Amino acid sequence: MREFARLYADLDETTSTTRKLDALKAYFASAAPENAAWAVYFLAGGKPRQAVPTKLLRQFAIDYAALDEWLFDESYAAVGDFAETIAHILPPPTQRSDIGLAEWMEERIGPLRGADPGRIREALFGYWNELDWRERFLLVKLIGGGFRVGVSRLLVTRALAAIAAVDSKLIAQRLMGWTDGRVKPTAAGFLQLIAEQSDEEHKLRGGQPYPFFLSHQLAAEPATLGEPADWIVEWKYDGIRAQLVRRDGQSFLWSRGEDLITERFPELAAARLPDGMVLDGEVLIWQPDSPMPSAFADLQKRIGRKTISSKLLAELPAVLCCYDLLELDGVDLRALPQHERRALLEVEVAKLDQRQLRLSPVVEADSWEALAVLRAGSRARSVEGMMLKARTAQYGVGRTKDVGTWWKWKIDPYAIDAVLLYAQPGSGRRASLYTDYTFAVWDGAGDERKLVPFAKAYSGLTDAEIAQVDNVIRRTTIEKFGPVRSVKPTMVFEIGFEGIALSPRHKAGIAVRFPRILRRRSDKPVDEADTLDMLKGLLEAATA
Amino acid sequence: MGDMVVVRKEGLYCVPGDFYIDPWRPVPRAVITHAHGDHARVGHGHYLAAAPGIGVLKSRLGDITVDAMDYGQTVTHNGVKISLHPAGHVLGSAQVRMECGGEVWVASGDYKVEPDKTCAPFEPVRCDTFITESTFGLPIYRWQPEAELMAEINAWWRKNADEGRCSVVFAYSFGKAQRILAGLDASIGTIVCHGSVEPLNRAYRAEGVDIPPTVLVSEIDKALLRRAMVIAPPSASGSTWMKRFGDYSDAFASGWMLLRGARRRRGVDRGFVLSDHADWPGLMSAIKATEAERVIVTHGSIPTLVRWLNQNGLDASGFETEYGDEEEGEVAPETAPEAAPEAAPEAAPDAAARDSAVADNTAGAPDA
Repeated sequence: MREFARLYADLDETTSTTRKLDALKAYFASAAPENAAWAVYFLAGGKPRQAVPTKLLRQFAIDYAALDEWLFDESYAAVGDFAETIAHILPPPTQRSDIGLAEWMEERIGPLRGADPGRIREALFGYWNELDWRERFLLVKLIGGGFRVGVSRLLVTRALAAIAAVDSKLIAQRLMGWTDGRVKPTAAGFLQLIAEQSDEEHKLRGGQPYPFFLSHQLAAEPATLGEPADWIVEWKYDGIRAQLVRRDGQSFLWSRGEDLITERFPELAAARLPDGMVLDGEVLIWQPDSPMPSAFADLQKRIGRKTISSKLLAELPAVLCCYDLLELDGVDLRALPQHERRALLEVEVAKLDQRQLRLSPVVEADSWEALAVLRAGSRARSVEGMMLKARTAQYGVGRTKDVGTWWKWKIDPYAIDAVLLYAQPGSGRRASLYTDYTFAVWDGAGDERKLVPFAKAYSGLTDAEIAQVDNVIRRTTIEKFGPVRSVKPTMVFEIGFEGIALSPRHKAGIAVRFPRILRRRSDKPVDEADTLDMLKGLLEAATA
Repeated sequence: MGDMVVVRKEGLYCVPGDFYIDPWRPVPRAVITHAHGDHARVGHGHYLAAAPGIGVLKSRLGDITVDAMDYGQTVTHNGVKISLHPAGHVLGSAQVRMECGGEVWVASGDYKVEPDKTCAPFEPVRCDTFITESTFGLPIYRWQPEAELMAEINAWWRKNADEGRCSVVFAYSFGKAQRILAGLDASIGTIVCHGSVEPLNRAYRAEGVDIPPTVLVSEIDKALLRRAMVIAPPSASGSTWMKRFGDYSDAFASGWMLLRGARRRRGVDRGFVLSDHADWPGLMSAIKATEAERVIVTHGSIPTLVRWLNQNGLDASGFETEYGDEEEGEVAPETAPEAAPEAAPEAAPDAAARDSAVADNTAGAPDA
């Protein structure tokens, strides 16, 4: 734990990528494989289930520190992070231990899950008394299931590649599925992760997907990409990016976040695929008689459910809209050019001939201008714009351009000018600064006119802008409800969003997708902010 | 008899003695607990302060009429017996003991309980009423022993030096800078001080404090910078003055660095948790040691500390003061450095905005 706490501190304390990489390499070079295996799990984004409910953790920390609840709450408000609060309010330890991360996870933290509160209390008191604050902080994070570290998966991959002296793409491949939580990180697993390249690489893959090839936002004019003939153009769907893997007589559906979502989409798991096939595509809800997919809101209804009733399956049928073929007959096709993979994909999807496997159609036009005209009609097709894939592109690893590029040529987001109405502090780096805002638009006319909240958003401002807004929020606070402040409506922001749908759950009766702050409209008085009628107009246009 | 000390618009006022303690507006007679800008201001008619701090006080306030008192020495003024006792905060910092009609009040100014090499250690003074600061008045604030922290700073410096990288520690010029200097292992490399730190080093040395040799950046051979330790005020961060140090590693030394959020906002490589104020256990032990039954809480976490002390059987209340909003007062991590007098023109543009954000928070709850 001490070793891992040191690594965490090193990663947390520096903003330099080089120093982070050095810290990772130093750790992996010296850590015992069973501990390194767990470290990889956490660093790559693994999120174990919470071992002890937050309520109990809080209560036992208050007991241990002999404080009152209100004093804990005030401390928490100042710190902005639960684990960090606990780490600091506990009196210093009277003894020290240095037990490896693996033993912590398997022998000490694991057994707390579902244990009776008395047993948990006794265990925690013992653990806390042998750790310094950094280690206590990590312990609470590991127990609470909220562990996050400021390091990209790519950096972890690079560090492992350097230690193993193999290509980082191979490490990325082997890392697929590590964070899924179904497979326990083990010493053997770690040694395999950093082993030399073997001829058995493919067999070792099991049901793992390939690292997803990610696209780049097209900011320039498409004409800068050369001739349209050099590009394969498809619609950009708004669903869940996924790979459907068929190996050893079993199907696996993986989301881009590397979650295994097979059970959420039984109709896709049931698709009859030949062994040794991997399809890349978009999971969408698509009604059998509809020319276009349903809105994302419908897909959300499916994602949220653990058990899928046959009624829901019938009402909201899922399809995989296939746009790439990564493996056929157990052969990795990723090095083939895009157009060859595409040709094979068309043949295979046609051969499979199944309702739940649709082919993502190619958009045909002979000029960028013609494509731009088609793209303008994206919303009516329930898509987000177009994908432009270089005909010669291989299927790369992650967000790379080194073997050809995929561009997303999205339509401009919806934008609306809204008024800041509520604010609450962020967490982590933004703890104690007001960074999370609720925005409202005008509803009604004359004296009856009032502001109706319609979206929450937090990103999109620079630190300097956040400081200014934070200052105004503090000066114009009307009321405080716990961490939330209501403020006098004085600030207008341009809010961008991707989609809009009816929603009885929201006060405004509509819900927007991916809302974010585009800019502050200091030039615009509050009275001139946009109205709910305008939002409804956008909704009507979208559903017309 | 009414309260011996009350708050007036000019500052804390000793009623029978007819004098002020660390007043924030000009008054005829002022007792100054220490020379930080929020406690020692210009414009008073007559000053009284502890002898070791006179040099710094004069260097900051210019030509003032000031009486020096040794720690423990007693004078009687309008029937109030006044004495000054070490507060352990910075060179010359004092608690003010006032005795009148058999009753004893002590105003602490700013204080730190753990002793260090740069000033006389905090001395608990028995009293009936204790006026305490509360800068770090939350139980999350617990300092590690200074020796451990200095070992960390030296280890960081050594590592940087071995990698050929200059080390820069941002610390307030008066007090914090000298504490770090006194703990540095000068065998690692040359120690460079910013122009605003050097005059205070001289004042400390003049009082016999052991500060290792330091140079100005204009006096050092460039080649030595790669192994050097630079002590600079926080306002130097991001200024053109920093450019000469090339690929340096930087750190910020402050009690606020305890929290990850504050550290990351500061954007430095390392945050060293070093404060000249008492931590939560320090506040508790200091209050207990006075044996006071009544405690009046000033600048910092007033409501929190008042509530906690009342709950623990003391008669506690708060004083609204104007301390803690300047320089070393460390009122909040975002504000303090930019408000420093040596603030460089390059100081972050958002500083002013944050400044008023905190000033707005007059209830005294810490904003960090």
